[in-house]
Amino acid sequence: MTKWIDICSIDDLQANSGVCALVEGKQIAIFYTPQNNTVYAIDNYDPFGKAQVLSRGLIGDIKGEPMIASPLYKQHFSLKTGQCFEDETVKNTVYAIRIENDRVEISLEG
Amino acid sequence: MSKKQTLIVIGNGMVGHNFLETLVASDIKDNYDIVTFCEEQRAAYDRVHLTEFFSGKTAEDLSLVTENFFEGNGIKIYLNDKAVEIDTANKIVTSQQGVAISYDKLVLATGSYAFVPPIAGHDRENCFVYRTIEDLEAMTEAAKTAKVGAVVGGGLLGLEAAKALQDLKLDTHVVQFSPGLMSAQLDDGGAQMLANKIEALGVSVLTSKNTTKIVDGTDCLHKMVFADGTELETDIVLFSVGIRPRDEIARCSGIEVGARGGIVIDDQCKTSDPDIYAIGECAVWKEQTFGLVAPGYSMARTVVADLSEQHAVFEGADMSTKLKLNGVDVASIGDAHAKTAGALIYTYQNGADEIYKRLVVSEDKKKLLGAVLVGDASGYGTLLQYSLNSIDLPEHPDSLILPSRSDESVGLGPDALPDSAQICSCFDVTKGQVCSAIENGCTSLASLKNETKAATGCGGCTALLKSVLDSELEKSGVAVNTDICEHFAHTRRDLYNIVMVEDIKTFDELMDKHGNGGLGCDICRQAIGSILASYWNEYILEKDHLSLQDTNDTFLANMQKDGTYSVVPRMTGGEVTPDGLIAIGQIAKKYKLYTKVTGGQRVDLFGARVDQLPLIWKELIDAGFESGHAYGKSLRTVKSCVGSTWCRYGVDDSVGLAVELENRYKGLRSPHKIKFAVSGCTRECAEAQSKDIGVIATEGGWNLYVCGNGGMKPRHADLFATNLDKDTLIKYIDRVLSFYVRSADRLQRTSVWMENMEGGLDYLKSIVIEDKLGICSSLEEQMQHVVDNYQCEWKTTIADESKLKRFRTFINSDKTDENILFVEERGQIRPATEEEHQHLALSEDA
Ligand code: SRM
Ligand SMILES: Cc1cc2nc3c(=O)[nH]c(=O)nc-3n(C[C@H](O)[C@H](O)[C@H](O)COP(=O)(O)OP(=O)(O)OC[C@H]3O[C@@H](n4cnc5c(N)ncnc54)[C@H](O)[C@@H]3O)c2cc1C
Ligand code: SF4
Ligand code: FES
Repeated sequence: MTKWIDICSIDDLQANSGVCALVEGKQIAIFYTPQNNTVYAIDNYDPFGKAQVLSRGLIGDIKGEPMIASPLYKQHFSLKTGQCFEDETVKNTVYAIRIENDRVEISLEG
Repeated sequence: MSKKQTLIVIGNGMVGHNFLETLVASDIKDNYDIVTFCEEQRAAYDRVHLTEFFSGKTAEDLSLVTENFFEGNGIKIYLNDKAVEIDTANKIVTSQQGVAISYDKLVLATGSYAFVPPIAGHDRENCFVYRTIEDLEAMTEAAKTAKVGAVVGGGLLGLEAAKALQDLKLDTHVVQFSPGLMSAQLDDGGAQMLANKIEALGVSVLTSKNTTKIVDGTDCLHKMVFADGTELETDIVLFSVGIRPRDEIARCSGIEVGARGGIVIDDQCKTSDPDIYAIGECAVWKEQTFGLVAPGYSMARTVVADLSEQHAVFEGADMSTKLKLNGVDVASIGDAHAKTAGALIYTYQNGADEIYKRLVVSEDKKKLLGAVLVGDASGYGTLLQYSLNSIDLPEHPDSLILPSRSDESVGLGPDALPDSAQICSCFDVTKGQVCSAIENGCTSLASLKNETKAATGCGGCTALLKSVLDSELEKSGVAVNTDICEHFAHTRRDLYNIVMVEDIKTFDELMDKHGNGGLGCDICRQAIGSILASYWNEYILEKDHLSLQDTNDTFLANMQKDGTYSVVPRMTGGEVTPDGLIAIGQIAKKYKLYTKVTGGQRVDLFGARVDQLPLIWKELIDAGFESGHAYGKSLRTVKSCVGSTWCRYGVDDSVGLAVELENRYKGLRSPHKIKFAVSGCTRECAEAQSKDIGVIATEGGWNLYVCGNGGMKPRHADLFATNLDKDTLIKYIDRVLSFYVRSADRLQRTSVWMENMEGGLDYLKSIVIEDKLGICSSLEEQMQHVVDNYQCEWKTTIADESKLKRFRTFINSDKTDENILFVEERGQIRPATEEEHQHLALSEDA
């Protein structure tokens, strides 16, 4: 069974923007789009800028695919798969995330 | 390898210099040791724009010599030394200073001199000609004590000189021998319309006046006496009755000169001596001399080609001209006087709007032979192309000059031009060359200018060049997509207008009504965030706006490479009190921040974690500081020099003005960052001419410069207006900036905005100074709204608990980012390198 870790309340999230959570020593960027009431979780580390910053980028979509633009050098990563749009050899880790009773929960498995 | 030959150029004027530039850019440059004699005390400068000397351009601005040109290309220049003799038998040139040099090839580019009619009294004090920078300096000096000025000669140059006298605040008269102004270019009707317009601008025009003598005046220094018995009192007399080729050195060296002067040349620009060429205004070709730069440049190219043993012929040149005289459009094309046998004439005269147009067409009404346009020269480009390329005229040629009554289009689209059509006459650039540059990737006006040089001379061809560019891009299907991004099929400018017209206040509303319904992206979110902020000036971390800000604006600080931030408090005009400095020092020390003085005259504190930002700012605000907006696409700094308060040369209080301007425009969000500077005198210690808005104090008020840039591609700012009082200055800045905010592309600095503006500086002036679009009051209101709604974003943020939540590093923990590591260097911190990171991580594990 998937192990869900409680992170925060849904009120702690920022609409159409990001926050960062520390989950078992890992920094995870969490984004919330109220339009479709969806949350996304991706590793906070920017593999290009080599800094923990993705939670502070701008979100949006590229041809419908939700993405985050790194605040350092502006590469785009899919929020669904972690795939970098500019460089097919680079993929960031994404995590399972859900909202249960107004609480945000993350799973670090698979 | 054979020994190099020596090539001497006599005269380093516009054409002589253009020849040197063309030569060193060619394949044969290494065949010659190059020497040039320059009689003037300074090397080549732009005579065409000489008049701009009066609106603030310096000799340096006018210089045509690029940095290190002579040394870098191994050219020996003898400044202030006139060549006096050519020994054609032994091939030696001797100069006034005694230099004697043997040549293999010689190029004469001695130009012409202004002719002074031998009227009695022509050599009295304060009688000038209009040809060199020294002439202008002498006029300026004389104007200090003069009230009235008279120009003798109502040709092109005379009218330009009249404008100069007016700029020097003299009561100005133009005295013309013939019955009409610009008799070489205009017919009687055109001349009359021009005279009316010039008079309306406050210059008195006296025609059919033959000056017989100049004697002592009663109220003024001189009295000019005319053949018809009338008189004119004046303090300054400026002769501009024509030019004469400077052929003296050819004459005394046995080189053939024309019956009416000028050094005779053939189609290869060779003189009667096969090793000697003559180019520019000193030359006479088929009994014609050419008083314009373009034919001179074309001769220069011919000579370089001939020296390269390529077949080249000089084929004469088109003498069509278009210019703005004191703001009046005047143009003349080809056979304006209808001298061609059988020529037919169409005229259109509109007394109400003071417009005069005349077409001269061939007997069969098929070809355009010439044209005259006064008051509205917008058709010049099209008409010139008809005439130069012998394009068949439309069925009713007069449709080309009549105001359009139907939707029938008479303009000649760029597609109608053959590849051989000359787009830029200054640099002889054809449509074919422009098109191939476009094919090779020049897809902006700026890159096209860089690549082909078109539109970098007199600028007259800019509009045509732009239309060729647009049409080519459209054809190649590159269909210049000006959409801001995939979410909005609009340009930034369109979006701005939509926001204005529909009173839109949020991104979501704009997306609903005009977007594709998606989430947007980093491009449209930021651009629209900026538009909303410029127009409404609401707090940018307001719920509806927060998600539109990139990290710098979200956290009101600049993100550095390691994810920490820098903090820049505002120091208006670069001014800071000792207590302020101490407070900053103490805060920096407390939070262990790296401290540096920026290039913008203030202090930057680096290495703050996101969670420390509110704490640092609380202390800065308590010490009296406010946000410096170093993070925003907004006003950054207004740099100042110390000015008249302390500086022994200062003529006005530059610091005071800088502080006032910075306080006025601080917080203004714009398409890109904006920088100002104010200098207290022309020494320009604040470098105002490299800023978006630059102000320099003069004895008569403030001079305003716009659209300068440092950075990647430096651009000298353009002089926009002179001797302004402070209220007018601020009014103009309000308008320029509001118009920039409305119309620029995203991330377009004012410099690039100006480079891409059709009509350029004149257009901007017409909007801001003459209010051509009638929007000045709305532009001012818009700025006043921003000024009235200023807030220090940090102050607002600190005061709002709910906003502070955002500055936690982690939403679920009070820990800080372990990835941030500093090491010490020169007594301060700096981010650890990757190697140091690994090293430190290892030692921690151990
Ligand atoms: C801190 C500072 C360097 C310094 O230590 O002196 C600086 C730092 C940065 N500059 Fe600058 N510029 C600084 C003065 C300048 C100046 C000098 C000036 O303002 O007189 C220039 C040339 C003048 C000009 O802009 O015309 C300058 C031309 C640029 C450019 C090139 C702009 C251009 O139009 O070509 C960029 C890149 C850009 O904006 O796209 C840039 C961008 C940046 C960025 C934002 C780069 C980045 O994305 O990290 C740097 C971050 C600022 C920060 O973290 O605070 N910076 N930068 C200076 C801050 C001045 C201030 O007090 O606000
Ligand atoms: C106010 C003004 C406005 C103008 N506006 C326009 C315009 O809008 N469009 C346009 O096309 N043209 C314009 N012209 C004309 C244009 O400037 C000339 O056509 C151009 O400068 C000619 O270049 P040149 O090299 O032949 O002569 P010059 O530029 O006069 O250069 C000749 C140089 O040779 C030097 N010289 C002469 N004899 C000797 C010697 N023996 N030894 C050493 N040096 C010598 C002279 O001192 C001079 O520096 C304007 C001219 C003036 C004065
Ligand atoms: S620009 Fe002039 S007033 Fe200002 S410091 Fe320099 S010399 Fe002094
Ligand atoms: S025609 Fe003068 S710049 Fe092109």
